[in-house]
Amino acid sequence: MSNKVWVFIDQFKGAPVSSSWEALGAGRKLADELGTGLTALVFGEGVQAVAETAGQYGADEVLLADDASLTDFRPEPYAALFSKLAQEGEPAIVLFPTTTRGRELAAMAAVDLNTGVLVDVTEMALEGDAVVATRPIYAGKLLAKVRCSARPQLITLRVRAFGKPELDEGRSATITKVEPVMDEGQIATKVVEYKTTEGGVSLVDAGVVVSGGRGVANNPSLEPPADISDENEQEIWRAQQGFKLIGELAEVLGAAMGASRAAVDGGYIPYEYQVGQTGKVVSPDLYIACGISGAIQHMAGMRTSKVIVAINKDADAPIFNFARFGVVGDLYNIVPALTQAFRERLEK
Amino acid sequence: MKVIVCVKQVPDSAAAVTVEGGVVDWGDAPLVINPWDEYAVEAGLLLTEAHGGDVVALSMGPEDAKEAIKHALAMGCSEAILVSDPALAGADAQAAARALAAAVEKIGDADVVLFGRQAIDSDTGILPPQVARALGWPAVTQVSALPAFDPDAKTFQAERTIEQGRQVVESKLPAVISVIKDYAEPRYPSFMGIRKASRAEIPLWSLADLGIEAPESVVTWPELMNPPEREVTTEIIEGDSPEEIATQLADKIIGEKVL
Repeated sequence: MSNKVWVFIDQFKGAPVSSSWEALGAGRKLADELGTGLTALVFGEGVQAVAETAGQYGADEVLLADDASLTDFRPEPYAALFSKLAQEGEPAIVLFPTTTRGRELAAMAAVDLNTGVLVDVTEMALEGDAVVATRPIYAGKLLAKVRCSARPQLITLRVRAFGKPELDEGRSATITKVEPVMDEGQIATKVVEYKTTEGGVSLVDAGVVVSGGRGVANNPSLEPPADISDENEQEIWRAQQGFKLIGELAEVLGAAMGASRAAVDGGYIPYEYQVGQTGKVVSPDLYIACGISGAIQHMAGMRTSKVIVAINKDADAPIFNFARFGVVGDLYNIVPALTQAFRERLEK
Repeated sequence: MKVIVCVKQVPDSAAAVTVEGGVVDWGDAPLVINPWDEYAVEAGLLLTEAHGGDVVALSMGPEDAKEAIKHALAMGCSEAILVSDPALAGADAQAAARALAAAVEKIGDADVVLFGRQAIDSDTGILPPQVARALGWPAVTQVSALPAFDPDAKTFQAERTIEQGRQVVESKLPAVISVIKDYAEPRYPSFMGIRKASRAEIPLWSLADLGIEAPESVVTWPELMNPPEREVTTEIIEGDSPEEIATQLADKIIGEKVL
């Protein structure tokens, strides 16, 4: 445990999340630069295979806690175990993916260890063993260089900001078993059940996102069913027809579906789809904005997308200033045609 | 029952934020309550409407950072406190968490401390679990509903959002809970509420009042930058029919090698 760089491997129901390997790849680089080894932390139940995979992705050592009390991530027992291991092993740097779990664990461990967390970091450089990290603030309207004077430096890495390393099947890590420090009776929380989303692509992890805005409701030629008389409900019904088209395009592209705040506030689509300053921040390779004008709050949530495509009736919509490709036109005509064009090209 | 809601004053989310000479500039955009915190205030008011008790709004910042607590008072919180001390200028999240935890203890007898999911300026989202840890309480974050809440039995059930969907968690009280937008639409402040808030005397608590030394800040942000300009040449795709436009656009997107 004398390795100076550690990485927390986040897993859900025994399956490691992809951003854990991104963090492991970033940790490998730091460890090599510092001339030290790389330790991965794997907590859960029935996660021996995750520990072995961590070795294949670049860990030299894995601290494996495999116990029924760790089956579901709960911040209290995970933080208690993490903090004890960090007090004994004294790492200089610990990386976490910025997932809900990674963020909570780092936050609580920082209080235990009297240190700081650099959250949602997109770049790192070393000065000695000190990390100078870059992170977006004000939803990416600004960037801050941040550092932590205490040790260990706890750093959560933005999902998709660091490349995923190659898997090397010939590689393996030394696996050391560790025991949890809290027993079930000491833990104040219990996970009762999961209502996980079936199928679909997670918005923040997605390589391609297709989003809809206020414009999805803007098709007066669509006649709502006679039993919907309320004007507001008619608008929502129209919008849902638009989101069906957007969903079809997303499906062909293997993309996640997103929405602007205007669409969420209009009741067109649930909040979990909202991209922007008060929604999710995404950074896909391709972002297709349909009927989205490009308010500053929306742009804050997707401005780091590699290629932005805008489809909007209004040629003056600000979104066109950020788009690589733009179509001034009705999404009700363009989106189905685009779905068809991609279907012909991608399903060959 | 006593509910404490932590709120923060931030520049409006519509502000164009830039850096000038190392200082953050949000033009003439107004300072407002952090938009996420409005959901926390609403959640607090709903809880006390259902179970009785009071909601105390708690904030931390410079002496004049009163927009967030005034909004919370106008929405219906019965009391507000601002933790303010020159030694807290530039406080990192952990230092802020220790000061807020001390304030929660000074207020006393709280059943629950509510937060919005994160502040839209610093964007860390780590304060709720850190305050919980400093208090030795459980933290349940990103909560969209509290299907069960029993202040007498000191237990509750929360539905929360994680990357993989929704999760139902049972926990003991007292606890720290952060809520998301799905919880409930925040009410508009009433006219009477706004009048009451504008006249309210808001007590300022210094670190001495909290009975703690200045907590050490170890995270610094020595440099703020404007993000690099997005260098993009927009190509408008035109054609005689949607099919023609779509065909060209699909080929161009495939040509960018992002699929």
